[in-house]
Parts: sequence; structure tokens; C-alpha cells
Amino acid sequence: MKKLIIALFILLPSLALAAGGGAPLDHANNDITDKESLRNGAKTFMNYCLGCHQLQYQRYNRTFADLEIDEKEGIDTLMFTGEKVGDHITNTMPKKEAAAWFGAAPPDLTLVTRFKGGGSDWLYTYLRSFYADSARPFGVNNATFKDVGMPHVFQQLQGVQELTAEAKAMLLLPTTQQRPLGSADLVLTQPGDLSPAEYDIVVRDLVNFLEYTGEPSKVERHRLGYWVLGFLMILFVLTYLLKKEYWRDIH
Amino acid sequence: MLANFMAWIDKRLPVTEAWNKHLAQYPAPKNFNFWYFFGSLAMLVLVNQIVTGIWLTMNYEPSGDGAFASVEYIMRDVDYGWLLRYMHSTGASAFFIVVYLHMYRGLMYGSYQKPRELLWIFGMLIFLVLMAEAFMGYLLPWGNMSYWGAQVIISLFGAIPVIGDDLTTWIKGDYVISGATLNRFFALHVIALPLVLVILVFLHILALHEVGSNNPEGTDIKKKKGSVPEAELSKFKFHKAYSEKYDIVDAIPFHPYYSVKDIMGVVGFLLLFCWVMFFAPEGGGYFLEAPNFEPANGLKTPEHIVPVWYFGPFYTILRVIPDKLVGMLGMFAAIGMLFALPWFDRGTVKSFKFRSKWHLLNIAQFTACFIALGILGTLPSSDLANLIGRIATLGYFGFFIALWFYSKNEQTKPVPERVTK
Repeated sequence: MKKLIIALFILLPSLALAAGGGAPLDHANNDITDKESLRNGAKTFMNYCLGCHQLQYQRYNRTFADLEIDEKEGIDTLMFTGEKVGDHITNTMPKKEAAAWFGAAPPDLTLVTRFKGGGSDWLYTYLRSFYADSARPFGVNNATFKDVGMPHVFQQLQGVQELTAEAKAMLLLPTTQQRPLGSADLVLTQPGDLSPAEYDIVVRDLVNFLEYTGEPSKVERHRLGYWVLGFLMILFVLTYLLKKEYWRDIH
Repeated sequence: MLANFMAWIDKRLPVTEAWNKHLAQYPAPKNFNFWYFFGSLAMLVLVNQIVTGIWLTMNYEPSGDGAFASVEYIMRDVDYGWLLRYMHSTGASAFFIVVYLHMYRGLMYGSYQKPRELLWIFGMLIFLVLMAEAFMGYLLPWGNMSYWGAQVIISLFGAIPVIGDDLTTWIKGDYVISGATLNRFFALHVIALPLVLVILVFLHILALHEVGSNNPEGTDIKKKKGSVPEAELSKFKFHKAYSEKYDIVDAIPFHPYYSVKDIMGVVGFLLLFCWVMFFAPEGGGYFLEAPNFEPANGLKTPEHIVPVWYFGPFYTILRVIPDKLVGMLGMFAAIGMLFALPWFDRGTVKSFKFRSKWHLLNIAQFTACFIALGILGTLPSSDLANLIGRIATLGYFGFFIALWFYSKNEQTKPVPERVTK
């Protein structure tokens, strides 16, 4: 029985991997306790993403409080269309028309790192994997999310990437012999305003912010968790000793 | 003062009497091992589910438009709402873990055998209601996996000849899964089924105390009155409901001995529970599935629709049988076999420790098949998976059939008269 349980636990991770599959992901290595990074990510989101994507479950004032942004400053620098500070972070893009413009309405991003398998790493890889593809309506395709409807919003910052010759050749093979594309298949052909290292940081901060919005209580959850586990460990020792004391007269 | 108060109460309601009969003077075998923690743990989780459920209900909105957002409201805007929600969602999986282990204990030590058949039946009814409770609860967050999981399971009833289609419409309260379905599932999840569950648990414990607990060796601690010399009788005082009818040996009062032991078990369990709840509430995507963080969408199917892990074994049996109707019958038969276990086993020796090699082997293959079925239930379907699933299904049903044959004239070892350690 014990062996079976052990075997099961050894097997589980590989099963999870087998179920995941797909393209290789780069590690975001983001840190949700890094407030500076979260603030930068929030700024990037409000400036580049909010036009199309909402955070309809997340409120401005909660965000300001958690990210330690002064409320007045937040209203002045991060809120552009006169909402109230207690409002959810939404936009006014009409869903129906948006679906016609992009092929699908831009999804709400509050929980994007939770509903995408791969989570933050997926998003980090995705945002760095646009490449030029003249066959697509916006002139870009994505190595992580094939034929995505979204334009490359950060092209000004990142520049233009193209597939390597080897990757292009691979895509001409029959579909059964193709492999998923990864960041190793892309090469920067036209530099943007930022160096690749700087761009990675911008994306990491944005991903960090979206991991935060996915679960604003996560930091608090971890903090409380250590206390609870510490308390339970002490309590376990005490209850063990209590049990031993009572059971002395049985054995 | 307190004594007077208790006397006043006892004249009107037999509280002290019940306390003694069921706790302080209840004779429990002194050799309970690790496997005997899971009954009390199941009660703990039940209480956790009910209490957190009540608080979640205060802010949850059972409607197609509002359900998903109200869960996110609980996660963000309700004080410690995230904690309540994770306690409830982690508790759902924990419930099945402890209940499966509790059932497995009964299987290993023959706790279902005469005279505990009715006790086992009540337990199986609890398991059945628990599955219905979990299934309906899983729709309530109104995530995309909630929606499609319910879609798959409800559509099974469509395989029933003649009435199938009308039956699925009747269950859903609509032609598709909609707010109407959500509302009725909510009603059943928060009031009807929990009520049944609590009543069944009450009956389960009453039936247990009527026949007494089994133990890892399957020996009887209640001997014929007058058959045991005075010096060998248990030194503790037991309630007259037990001691007047039997000579009681190798037993200790449940309270304080097992109450302090179970408290230790509870804290040990909470360590694991809280570790998952605070540091991995998604349970690696098995307790909270990723597609469920997206609202229900009837036009967008998740990549792999699989039910939550605890339905895995039964879902696999359904899936590997090519015909939908036969598959559904197979799935229900798998649960039916468990109900009938006390009658499949025609032996009189309870614990596997004193039974034949065949029995040990049979339990081992059943364990392997059940785990294999469970794992396959969480994976996408493939030819290999279906083949393994079919073999495991045969093993699952084969366990009961084989048991029926060999248990009649089984070569068993002598069961010790008394608990040996």
C-alpha cells in the first residue's frame, strides 16, 4: 500500500506534464511581493492594455492600496476616463464590434494567469513571441499562440522579430512532423526603443501585475499560511504529548 | 451549581446518559491504528463544509449573470472571503480523500461483514449523496469547466431509452444548462443534500454504536455474558447498554482515549490541509481546474473536459465502455457493487491479516485498478488509456466476483480470541 502511494506521488508530476504539452515556456521569474515591479506593471497595463482589455473584477482603490500607490497620485496618473476610485477597472469598448475587429472580443485579463495553463510563464512567453507574418491581418503572428487576433501592441518597444530560417523550414513540413514554436525560433531583426533585456523587464512587471490581479490576496495568503502552519506544528507536538500522557495507562 | 444545572437538564433530556453511552463509556477496541482516523476526519470536513458554505452563501449570487462575478467578489471584496472559499474548495477534495481512505479501511478489515451490513449501507448512501453534493456544488462557481462538466454528466441521462431526452430537460429545467439549472443546483447543494447528509451521518454513527466498532484484527471485543473470568475483563466502566449484555474485553472508553488521539489526528490532518490551502489551493490544477477561472461559455469548449479527480474512477468506467447506455449502467453498477459488498463476501473472517493469500492478492489488484481508473479519469482519452481502462474495469468488477467465489470455502488462519497487542 505504502509503495503504491509513493508510486502515485512520483507519477503525478509526470502525468501533469503529459497533460500540459504544447510549446516550451520561458520562466517569468516574477515576484508578487515586489511592489515597485507591480507599480510599473500597473502603469504599463493602464497605458497599453486597458484600451481593449478590462480587469472587470479588480477595483482601482484596492489596487492602489495593495501596490502602495497614494490614492490621489493614482487617480491623477493611472485613471484616465473619470471613473470613481472605487470602480472596477473597465473600458468602454463595445464587445460586439470588438469581436468583428479582432475576430474575437479581447478577453478580460483579471484572471488571465489563472485560466491559462502555464500561468505567468505562459503570459511572459506569449508577450515576447510576436513575429512578423504578412499573412495575418495585423502583420504579426505569435509563436506561443498561433494565429492570435491581437496586434503586437509593444512593437514600438520590442521591435520586430522574425522566425529563424530553421523554424520557417520546419513549418513547411507536414503537420505531423512539426513541433511547437518557442522563443529560440525567433530572432530580432529590427530593434525597438528598448533593448531585449529592458523589454523583458517591462513584460515581467506587467505579468507580475496580472498575476497580482488574478489573486490580490495571494501575498496575504502566504503570509498567513506560515503562521498557521507554525501554530499547527506546535499544537501537534502538544496534542501528541497529551495523547501519550493519557495512553500511558493502556499499554 | 453546575451539578444542579446538569441534574435539571438530565431530568428533562438525557444529556449525561447520551454522553456516557456514546462517548465516555462507549467501549472501543484498544488497537485502532492509523486507518481509524478517517471517520472523525470526515466529520470534521463535513462541519467545515457546512460552516464555510453558510458564509459563502451570504455573498454568493445564484444566477447565470452574477454567479462568476460574485465568486470573484468573495475572493476580493469580502473580508477573508478568499479564505472561506479556499477552505470550502480544498475541503471538497479533502472530503473525498478521507472518505475514500475510510472506505478502504472498511474493505481491508472486513468492517462491512455481519453484523455491520447496515452500517456499511449507510456509509455507502453517504458516499452517494456526497457525490451528488459535490457534482452540484461544482456548477455553482459558473466557470467554464463547471458548465461543460455538468453538460457531459447530465447528457449521460439522455442515453436512457425513451425518456432520456425529456429527463435531461427535466434535470436542467431548460433546454440547455442555464441560470435555471444553476438555481436548482444551488437549492439542492445548500439545503436538500446537506440535510440528507447530516441525517445519514447521524444514522451511520447510531448504527455503529449499536453493533460496535470493528478493529484491525477483526476480533470481537464483546464476549458472551459470563464467559470471561473477572480478572480478564476490561478494567474500565462501560455503559450498561453494553456491559449488561456482554463481557467486554480489550476495550477502552472512547473518551478520553480516542478523543485525545483523534484530536492529534485532526491537527496532523490540518497541517496537510492548511499546507495545500495556503500554498497550493489549486491543488496542481486538480482541486481548482484552470478553465474554471473563465466564466461559463456555451460556445467555447475547454481543451479537455474531465470531471474533478474524485469522480475519476467512475468516469473512466463510463468512458471506456463503447456504448453510452451500457457505460452509464457500468458506472452505476460500479457503485452498486460496493453497496452489495457485504453479500459478495461470504467469509466470516474479517481482517485480511487472517485471510487467504488470494484475498490479499484480490485486494491488491483492486487497489491498483481503482487508482489506475482514477488517474485515467483525469487524462484525455486515447487508445492506450482506453485499453488500460478496460483492464482496470475488469479488475474492479472482478474483485467482487472473485470474492464471492473464493470466500465460501476460504483457507483462513485462526483468528485470535483476544486482541493480540
